[in-house]
Amino acid sequence: MKALAVLFRRELSLAWGRGGGVLLALAFYACVTSLLPLASSPDPKVLSALAVGVAWLSLALSSLLSLERLFERDFEDGALDLLALGPAPLEAVAAVKCLAQWLATGAPLALAAPIAAIALGASPTLAPLLLVVALVGALAFAFVGGLGASLALGSRRGGLLVAVIVLPLFAPPVIFGGGALSSLAGGLDPKSGLLLLCAYTAAAVALSPIAMAAACRNALD
Amino acid sequence: MASVSVEQLAIRRGERLLFSGLDLKVSAGEAVALTGRNGAGKTSLLRAIAGLLRTEAGQVRFEGLDADDALHLIGHSDGLKPGRTAWEELRFQALWTGGTEASARQAAQGLDLERLLDLEVRRLSAGQRRRVALARLAASPRPLWLLDEPMAPLDAAHRASFGQFMAEHLKSGGMIVAAVHDPLPIAARTVEIGG
Repeated sequence: MKALAVLFRRELSLAWGRGGGVLLALAFYACVTSLLPLASSPDPKVLSALAVGVAWLSLALSSLLSLERLFERDFEDGALDLLALGPAPLEAVAAVKCLAQWLATGAPLALAAPIAAIALGASPTLAPLLLVVALVGALAFAFVGGLGASLALGSRRGGLLVAVIVLPLFAPPVIFGGGALSSLAGGLDPKSGLLLLCAYTAAAVALSPIAMAAACRNALD
Repeated sequence: MASVSVEQLAIRRGERLLFSGLDLKVSAGEAVALTGRNGAGKTSLLRAIAGLLRTEAGQVRFEGLDADDALHLIGHSDGLKPGRTAWEELRFQALWTGGTEASARQAAQGLDLERLLDLEVRRLSAGQRRRVALARLAASPRPLWLLDEPMAPLDAAHRASFGQFMAEHLKSGGMIVAAVHDPLPIAARTVEIGG
């Protein structure tokens, strides 16, 4: 556990540190959400109807940005060898890397989501649920995205490949989260959508590390 | 007595069989220098011993060693992150492989790294980077060192001090398997790969 805590701190430091990955993801998020009024009607009624969905979907897309680097840099610079020969199984290493990715990139994006939605005209009453959906969904994106990043290890055009692998897997949480938000906006109980999102996230957290470790071993071979 | 045995090992990379029927035993206090032309399979053998590479046939057996923390592998790529300082990286590598902060400091002293510790890895020369990577060997003692061209970027003075460092490891019952093109500065049995 001590070694994994050390790894977690290092991953956070790498994500927050000199690479600027978090700022890049936030800047991308701000760009995507602010382009909406330019691409559609500037009518506040139209914008407010789309705001929550745009804030939520933009989070999914912004999560993609830093995923390619999750394993690729470690693979290229030899750090993955070191991690594979450490005291913890690769499954735990993969899970720790995804958790750090979530905390470093997913959580700041989730915090930005309600702000962006309100800025686009969404009702502030939706903000708490959007924050919860964004935090839970970002965790799923980190683990499912990590799976895509590990499968694309060593391939040319890895970034594009990660997107192609990952985006279909992003569809269920996007649908469940969107369902919860539109239920609340329509005056209905958002619980079922939220629970489905939580179930998907739990499955991703439990199962993805096994597949990520297998993909990493395959890449190291 | 602790030892590592490679028995009837065969390794294939893609369509090419690098070698087959390779036997090698390294016992406590012994160093083996793997030689051979480029692409003969020296690096692949080191990675197979480390368990990172699937083998076509044969096996690697550890006797008297706990396979989970038996070895260090220092490959061509050192695993150091350019944006972090030498100390941050050495400290992480030491803690990750079972060492302590104090042992990392001691290792840095031993490899003449003290004045480099606050520098970002990107500011270090190839030889300095290699010394940071090699310091891991001292920071978290493990009996088997698998070294891939460990001294290639080092200058003469640091080659000599690293030679002393390896000699002390062997004296304490450690084992070294090193892929080299130049002779090791310690007594070592030479095994030619792909010969």
